Amino acid sequence: MRLEFKKRAAPSRVATWLAPVAAFALTLATGALIFLSLGKDPVAGLYYFFVEPLTVAWSLEELVVKMIPLALIAVGLCICFLSSTWNIGAEGQFIVGALAGSSVPILAPWLDGPAMLPLMLLAGFAGGMAYGLIPATLKVRFGANEILTSLMLVYVAELLLDWLVRGPWRNPDGFNMPESAPFPASGRVPAMPFMDVDRLTIAIIITVAAAIIVQFVLSRTLFGYSVRVGGIAPRAARFAGFDANRTVLWALGLSGGFAGLAGILEVAGPIGQLRPAISPGYGFTAIIVAFLARLSPIGCLAAAFVLSLTYIGGEGAQIAMGLSDKMARVFQGILLFFALVCDAFVFYRVRLVTARTGAAPS
Amino acid sequence: MLRAEKITKRFGDLVANDALDLAIDAGEIRALLGENGAGKSTLVKVLYGALQPDSGRIIFDEEVLRIANPSAARALGIGMVFQHFSLFEALTVAENIALALPSGRGLAEIARDLKELSARYGLPLDPATPVGDLSVGERQRVEIVRCLMQDPKLIILDEPTSVLTPQESDELFAVLRRLAEEGRAILFISHKLDEVRRLCHSATILRHGKLIGTCDPRKVSKGELSRMMVGEAVADIEVSPPMLGETALELRGLSMPAAGDFSQALHDINLIAPAGLVTAIAGVAGNGQSELFDAISGERLAPDDDMILRRGRPMGHYSINTRRFLGAAFVSEERLGHGAVPSFSLSENVILTHGVTDAMLARRGIIDWSTADDIREDACESFDVRRGVPNPAAGSLSGGNLQKFVVGREVVRQPDLLVINQPTWGVDAAAAAHIRATLSELARKGATVVVISQDLDEIFEIADQVAVLSEGRLSELIPRAELDREHIGLLMAGETSEAVVAA
Amino acid sequence: MSPDIFLAIAATIVTAATPLLIAALGELVVERSGVLNLGVEGMMIVGAVMAFAGAQWTGSAYAGLALAIVAGMAMASLFALLVLIFRTNQVVTGLALTIFGLGLSGLIGQAFIGFPGVKLQPVLFGFDILVYASLVLTAGIAWFLFRTRTGLILRAVGDNHTSAHAIGHNVIAVRLLAILFGGACAGAAGAYLSLAYTPQWVEGMTAGRGWIALALVVFATWRPVRVLVGAYLFGTVLILQFHAQALGVQVPSQLLNALPYLATIFVLVLISANSRLVQRNTPQCLGKPFAPDV
Repeated sequence: MRLEFKKRAAPSRVATWLAPVAAFALTLATGALIFLSLGKDPVAGLYYFFVEPLTVAWSLEELVVKMIPLALIAVGLCICFLSSTWNIGAEGQFIVGALAGSSVPILAPWLDGPAMLPLMLLAGFAGGMAYGLIPATLKVRFGANEILTSLMLVYVAELLLDWLVRGPWRNPDGFNMPESAPFPASGRVPAMPFMDVDRLTIAIIITVAAAIIVQFVLSRTLFGYSVRVGGIAPRAARFAGFDANRTVLWALGLSGGFAGLAGILEVAGPIGQLRPAISPGYGFTAIIVAFLARLSPIGCLAAAFVLSLTYIGGEGAQIAMGLSDKMARVFQGILLFFALVCDAFVFYRVRLVTARTGAAPS
Repeated sequence: MLRAEKITKRFGDLVANDALDLAIDAGEIRALLGENGAGKSTLVKVLYGALQPDSGRIIFDEEVLRIANPSAARALGIGMVFQHFSLFEALTVAENIALALPSGRGLAEIARDLKELSARYGLPLDPATPVGDLSVGERQRVEIVRCLMQDPKLIILDEPTSVLTPQESDELFAVLRRLAEEGRAILFISHKLDEVRRLCHSATILRHGKLIGTCDPRKVSKGELSRMMVGEAVADIEVSPPMLGETALELRGLSMPAAGDFSQALHDINLIAPAGLVTAIAGVAGNGQSELFDAISGERLAPDDDMILRRGRPMGHYSINTRRFLGAAFVSEERLGHGAVPSFSLSENVILTHGVTDAMLARRGIIDWSTADDIREDACESFDVRRGVPNPAAGSLSGGNLQKFVVGREVVRQPDLLVINQPTWGVDAAAAAHIRATLSELARKGATVVVISQDLDEIFEIADQVAVLSEGRLSELIPRAELDREHIGLLMAGETSEAVVAA
Repeated sequence: MSPDIFLAIAATIVTAATPLLIAALGELVVERSGVLNLGVEGMMIVGAVMAFAGAQWTGSAYAGLALAIVAGMAMASLFALLVLIFRTNQVVTGLALTIFGLGLSGLIGQAFIGFPGVKLQPVLFGFDILVYASLVLTAGIAWFLFRTRTGLILRAVGDNHTSAHAIGHNVIAVRLLAILFGGACAGAAGAYLSLAYTPQWVEGMTAGRGWIALALVVFATWRPVRVLVGAYLFGTVLILQFHAQALGVQVPSQLLNALPYLATIFVLVLISANSRLVQRNTPQCLGKPFAPDV
């Protein structure tokens, strides 16, 4: 008995829609088993994780707040992964973007005024982009594997942030706490207007706009086309006259830029200052978001919402049931596993071959 | 010795083998004859245990058997020489051979047997050389020796001469005849009628997965064999006398270093291709064809600008799209992943070669999909590309249809220079005839057509002048009137023009 | 520097190098078979926590080690199921394995934070069994790959899976075994961290060592003895960061902590710049899915 895979001529339309749903359902089922094995009530566990956050206004807001960095990073990662450039260092680009953006209020407080925030966002994007261009350059120039270099740079970025908030950028009036000075009001992302919200900022508008623009660029422009061709058929891309190195630089640069933008939107938004830990692994979770969305930027918005749910639900379950907050990571990993497995059904016709159906009738 | 009865194998809706019978005796050289896609490869994979038939049975040495896998086939005494070599480039000759032998023999012992065997059959090989360093002909020698090391009773060869010069083929035939005299059965798969008539005692002919018949190829005419293989008689192309135009493409001392370990360098290539003519580059695969194509197309840029001239102007440093912009069009050898992206639709594949150069198609970098659809329809209609839906994924088309599309895609730009590498490789006869006719017609209308091909029949059919590429060097041009198979064959084997003329 | 201090430093280098060596050797075998498993970090950390748990439950470090090896193989079999059967992208699946492993280890390890560990005791000259095992493993894998028929088949599968399949070798089975071996090694390497290097459980205690092991395989151009050299070089870098402060070097501790990561980047660039060397040695099917019946 074995599974037989036949490549479909075209991806199955039904399976395309069904796969993410099936992946989510299978994740819930597996989650229930894990709760059982931990001696917890699976129904209550799943409720706290995936239902309760949707029932209360403040947690709904928090869901969207957490979804912003995930979606924004993932939108950039779509460009990268479509071009088969494996940027897994978005976490580092997120941090460096936050640092670059924060350098404006910390190093140039005299800029206080309407120019402050735009400058911070610009610096954030540029910072993330520059950090993303390091592995890109090392790949283009020396052929160094970008998976490993971009990941190593995450650790370096984390240590750089740690050094800055404990050293040169520490708040002089902060009772020796490892934090920067709080940003001035002009350096904070404004809250969503016309809504009764506390932490939700206009970053959500930027995120949705980014998703729409990148979707358009990928599907309707020559640049987007060159990215997609380069990712699946490098030889054909060369035949079309596209420069593979240029694509790598753009892909890593842009995705670094979006991660950096997400970083500064986070510290200039809900956080309001630099701290030693500014991300609960957004840069890694965004990889899951991008693949759950099957590398569609608009789809990233929905996928980011689902992943955000695991974060908020994880916190809720921790409080209500004493579950480890690591449960969220476990859910994220399982979700990606199932998303990958279910995608196999989109591209292959899968059939169980038993000894009976497979034998040659004589 | 071997009988296969009513072998049927389906792939989805396609019946690759439809109740086929095949029998072969000791000492017999039998041809399995058919076009690309006739089901030859599927049948031999079944005989070799690489595929399981849906129905039918195999009788070997009077015993009904199920051949579970290639190892089982080898244990029975069935050996196979693959068309696409199943060799490991990073491993040595001896290691490659050890992998196909049952365990229990050391490498030293294998190397010793190998030397003895290759001396006996005149197939010299050094056991310690990595296969990646060998020429195509030498690699085939490894395949054959590997097969002989197991002392097989039945040897299956899948299109073995497609990578050989005529002289190398003759040497191979001598070895095969000797093996048959030793009492081994040989199943020789081919679609080349001449060599089948020269070598084989009997022939089994397939078409579209069905058994058409068996015959003694020495006793039937070539035309009759061809009709059995192709179905209807293939019309000959009428070649009208060429009108000589200006020199549209010139290569002047083109030299390029090898791009990597498995690439061929080009050495001092000179060529003049006038407008109005089909200029053919003959040669065995792996002698620099794809490197030459890359240099002319601009996928790799020549070291000096004036190594490639277009109407007398240097263009060695122009990018592929600048060359297209100036009226050139290119069709690569490999369709999937090079000339077309398999998972992309045909319209998306139009963008591949038109996107940068066609201002209507992408204004300010934004793609106009309706223009892409128009070009797609144009190409498909003028080349009769058969599809189920108007805009299918390129990978879902058959080889012949996809080739018609990628040729059509370039012809609709009305190029004044068309460079095409292996125009009919893996294409059915009707599509091949259509493509060849188009190439001739394009030249007669005043375009410069450069055809790089391994297929001598094709070259004799359409070329106005021929040069031969061997180990990265190009021979002098031979006009159509002076074409001669033996002469070309010697050039393909690497003899210099002077030596060939002297001989 | 007195000889005693020198010896002490050398001993710490050995303990820092051993987990890198074991994990990298496992991944080397996996990559030689043509599979890229980026989940080393995840398998390693699950190995670390299961070793700690096993040692706590039984009181025996060896039982912990055995449990870690089993856990590493279980993680690896998950990866194998996805990439070999469902033909998922190896890069993404490896990443998923790492994310999953980091979460799972945190979940399991929650109960053990702050517990005193059970230390793997030295067996000879002050070194424990895994130090010697890692050296034997290096020689063993070199012998296996280049001197045995099975090793030859493994290299052949990694070089050209289509050919290997055509002449009748079972590509999937070879890769499955290689992946399981890689998982066992990663599990043992993780066990070394929580049983010998710092005998306690700390969340995220692998700290990128799984990724460094991956880089070591490239650095070593897929040769076992060079992995040994690389691991000891990296062990030296890891240890230097501790001793630099003791020696009074005035730089921020964060910079010292960043050294192993920066060194990894540097080494990757250095080795990759020689593209011919890397190209010639890379298993040609590395990372490509094998689809026999498409």
